[in-house]
This record gives sequence, C-alpha cells and structure tokens, in this order.
Amino acid sequence: MIAFWLLAILSVVSALVVILHRSPVYCALALVNTLFLIAAMFVMLDAHLVAFLQVIVYAGAIMVLFLFVIMLLSAGDEVRLEGRGGLRLAATLTVAALAFELGALVVAKRGENVALPASFGSTEALAERLFTRHVLPFEITSLLLMVAVVGAVVLARRKA
Amino acid sequence: MDLLIIFTKCLVALLLVLQVGILLLWVERKGSALIQDRVGANRANLFGGILPFNLGIVNTLMADPLKLFTKEDIVPEGADHFLHWLAPFLALFPLFLTFAVIPFGDVLEVGGRTINLQAVDLNVGILFVLALVSMGVYGVVLGGWASNSRYALLGGIRGSAQMISYEIAMGLALVAVVLTFGTLDLQQIVRAQGQLMWGVIPAWGVFYQPLALVILFIAGMAESKRAPFDLPEAESELIAGFFTEYSGSKQSVFMLADFVEVAIVAALVTTLFFGGWQVPWLQRDGFHFPGGLSLALPSLLVTLLQVLSFLLKLFLFCWLQILIRWSLPRLRYDQLMNLGWKRLLPIALVNVAISAVLALALQGWTVR
Amino acid sequence: MGVPVGHYLALSAVLFSIGALGVLLRRNLIVVFMAIELMLNAVNLTFVALARQQQSMDGQVIVFFVMTVAAAEAAVGLAIILANFAQRRTLDADEIDDLRG
Repeated sequence: MIAFWLLAILSVVSALVVILHRSPVYCALALVNTLFLIAAMFVMLDAHLVAFLQVIVYAGAIMVLFLFVIMLLSAGDEVRLEGRGGLRLAATLTVAALAFELGALVVAKRGENVALPASFGSTEALAERLFTRHVLPFEITSLLLMVAVVGAVVLARRKA
Repeated sequence: MDLLIIFTKCLVALLLVLQVGILLLWVERKGSALIQDRVGANRANLFGGILPFNLGIVNTLMADPLKLFTKEDIVPEGADHFLHWLAPFLALFPLFLTFAVIPFGDVLEVGGRTINLQAVDLNVGILFVLALVSMGVYGVVLGGWASNSRYALLGGIRGSAQMISYEIAMGLALVAVVLTFGTLDLQQIVRAQGQLMWGVIPAWGVFYQPLALVILFIAGMAESKRAPFDLPEAESELIAGFFTEYSGSKQSVFMLADFVEVAIVAALVTTLFFGGWQVPWLQRDGFHFPGGLSLALPSLLVTLLQVLSFLLKLFLFCWLQILIRWSLPRLRYDQLMNLGWKRLLPIALVNVAISAVLALALQGWTVR
Repeated sequence: MGVPVGHYLALSAVLFSIGALGVLLRRNLIVVFMAIELMLNAVNLTFVALARQQQSMDGQVIVFFVMTVAAAEAAVGLAIILANFAQRRTLDADEIDDLRG
C-alpha cells in the first residue's frame, strides 16, 4: 500500500513536471521518470513482461528518440505556457472536470482482489494469448511498423 | 532473517561489481603494457617516496582513483548543472543493477537453509538485463548535451546512435539463446547447462548457439563503446568524446562505467554460453565423470568450486575483451554503423530463423 | 490485502488529465507530443489494472499493441516535426497556421 502511494505521488509530480517545465530536455527526462514509475506499477499489478517491455521500448527507445530530436533541433527553452489567463483557466477547468468524471466512473465500479494463477503476466501467458487468439492483429502490427519505418525515413529525408 | 540473506546477496553482488571494475583498471593498464611490450604504470609510492621500492599494483588500485576523486570538479560555463551531475549517475547505476540477476553460484547449503546464489531471482532475467542496457544510453546522450560543447555533443549523439543500433543485434542474439533454453530466467539457464550431451559433453550454450555467441560478443563490445568501436570516445581524436568536459569524480564514474560494462558483457557471455558457474561434470554432491567414475564432495566445497569457476570464466572473458581492444584498429563511424545494421542484424535474424527451425525439427536441439 | 483496482484507475485518470492539460497548454510541438505519450501510458495503466482484476491476459495483449503502435506513431510524428522544422525553422505550434481562414 505504501508502495502504491509512493509511486502514485511520484508519478503525478513527474507528470506535472513534464507539462510545466520550461526546458524540453527536462520534460523528456521527467517523462522517462514517469514511464519508469508506471513500469513499477505494472510489476505491482503482476504484469512482469509488460513492465519490462515498457522500460525497453518506451523508456529505452522511444524517449531516446525524443531526446535525439530535441537535441538535433536544439529546442531551446520556450516562453511560459501559452494563452492569456482566460484560456489557461478554461483549459484547467475543463480538464479538472474530465478528471472528476473519470474518477466518478472509477469509484462506481468496485472489485475485489482474488488469487491469480501463478503464471499470470508471465512471458508464456502473454505469448499464448498473442500467438493464438490475437495473431492477426500481431501480423497487422508488424505491417504497421514497417509502414511507419518507411514513412519516417521518407519524411525526414532532406530533399536532394 | 530472510531479509538479511537478501541484503547480503545484494551486497555481495554490488561488491563483486566494484572489485571487478577496479581490478579491470589494473589489468587493462598492465595487460595493455604487456601487449605493447612496455612496462606500464609502476611508479606509486607513499608520501612522496618514503619507501625504497615502487608499489606496482597499488598504483592503479589506490593512487589512480585517489587522484581522480581529489581533482576539482569543473562544470563548463553555460552547462546545465543538474544534467551535468545526472549524466554520470545514469551511465553507471543501471550497470550496477545488472549484476543483481547474474547467478554466481548454485546454492549455498548452510545452517539448514538453501540459499540461491543470485541476488534477485527474476523469471524475466534476460529482459531485465536488456532493459538496463537500454537505460545506459541516457548517460551518454545527457553527458554530451550537458557539457555545452559541440564536440561533446557530437560524441554524445554518435555514441548513443551506436549504442541503440547494437542493442538490436544484442537483443536478437538473446532471442536465439532464449529459444534454445526455453526460459528467460538466468539461473534456470545455467542449471540447464549442467546436462550432458550424448552423456559426455556438458550442454553449454556455445555448442548450441555459436553464432549467437559471436553476435552477442561483438554487440556487447560495441555497446560499451570499447575498441574497435570506440570512436565516440576516441582518445586520439575527440579527446574523450562525450565526457570531455568531465573531471574529477564524475570522470572516474564514466570510466568505471566502461569497465563495469566489460564485466557485464563477460558475465552475460559466461552465463548464457559457457555454463556460468557450472564446472563440467560437477553436480551438487560431487563429480560424476562420464566413464562411471564419481567423486563425492561436501556441498560447501562444491559451492566454492562453482563460484571460483564463475569468477575464472568472468576474468577470462574480460581479458579477451582487453586483448581485442589493444589489438585491433578503430572502426570508422560509417563502417561501425554498417557493421551493426547491414551485417550483424541480418545475420542475427537468420540465426533466429535457423534456430527456430532446428528447435522444431530436431527435438534434441533445445536444452530444457 | 492488495491495492484496490479503483486506486489504479483513479491514478490513471489523473495522469490522463495531466496529459490532456499538457496538450492544450504547451506550444512546443515536442512537449505536446510528450503529453500525448503520457496519455497513452495512462491508458496502458488502466488496461493492466483491469486485466488483473478480470484475470484475463487480453488486457496485457492490448497494452503490448498500444506500445507498439505508440512507437510507430512516435517515429512518424517526430519525422513530421523534423520535416516541418526543416521548412519553417520553428517548433511553435502557433506558427503553423497555413490552414487558418
């Protein structure tokens, strides 16, 4: 329980740094931190494979890509958050309402913690699901990745 | 009591990493001197020359780190102080964590307890290692960026591009290994290598996946940016690449990270391909030679032999990496990226495909 | 005596809202993109929490796919930002207003 509250508070603080800090490099690092904390929460939820995939793929590859782009473009510190006071207030109120609604939906649905099969969240369990029932989305996702790679190369290439 | 055991195991793993790192510094100095037909660093003395002889090994083991730690810590003008401090930490900490899942022995039977000689027994051990190696990229990228120097930034970007390229080949080599052993748990993999092929040869990974061994070794050396892949920190060209602007303890952290990564690659190679702590034909109760001869040994002696075997193999592969560093010329950056993407990656993919076919076709080609 | 699933869902709602706030309030394109990734991660947390509650691995399979698609999206999105920067030399979202009436 303590572990959950610690992780939750740290991840919320980290997420706030992501959206509020001036320098994009610090935002990227705060996002890496948030991803790590979410991976820790995955481990607490018995999703071991997904937790490590999160670290390897998200925190270890995607965020490195973000950092590369930030450094290549020398994205400097930007002026503080946009908009006049009116827009900021409207955005904050709208999002607070969204959070409240989602929270209300959540509270309405309760569940108990029952015992899990021992191999829940293991590589074998995920692989069994992935390669039997969900093999078609798996193949389509690999196609999607190839399209994304080709697209990224074409888009970022300098015009000759 | 259990907590104390876990704490002790973690402490042992941490101390092992630190000792190996420091010893490698000495081995590198003297080993490279041996290879290059010179004497190496041997002038260390106490209090400016009190002793009539020079202390050889003390030079690198004590004087070198002392010198580095007492130097002034310079942060370049305009550099970001927080990132400058954070980068060495991010470079070193994940590497320390990696040793938590490396098994350095089978079991220690003491006081009625059977203690598994591995700091943390994760059932996704290989993924843990991969994840931490991915995190090592941040130290390089931030080190280059935080120095506010364009040569450091260049070295940092090059270094991290190299690291993420070779991560893929390393991951694929590990996939082939996982295919052979059917598990991601490192202790299970080492235990499985105690079986005998045809009753005679121990079923070490090298016999099942020789190509994956070569790929992992090359990719591991490229990950740690050691020669012949050390253009990002080419000492004769970029001074020190991404950690040019670091001095004092931060620089020593980067250098320690270099040696710890050597130890990690060696540990991975021994664990996955050369049986880890396995001594050929040694089971928990003694030797069982193929001819039928057997020799009973007390369990503490067995454990000691196994731990020694692990350390021996670890040092052997560290020495191999040092040998390679001081024998081969440096690869140019485009040759380096070519090797990673156009040669290692296809070979690794073909290796996985062949291993999968063999695993399905020949039931005996996996070690379970 | 584990943590009730509702706690995880509430945390995920909070993270999602913070991400939404980031998308609305920041001008730097890359930071907007990072806020989008934050929202995706909040959704991942929801899926994993519910997978545990329903004891079905399907939730984790969905997370696997979300991560893969997010990787592809990040690659393509950053390529778009790079191409945009090559032409306009700016990362400010307000300055991309060619389609404004």
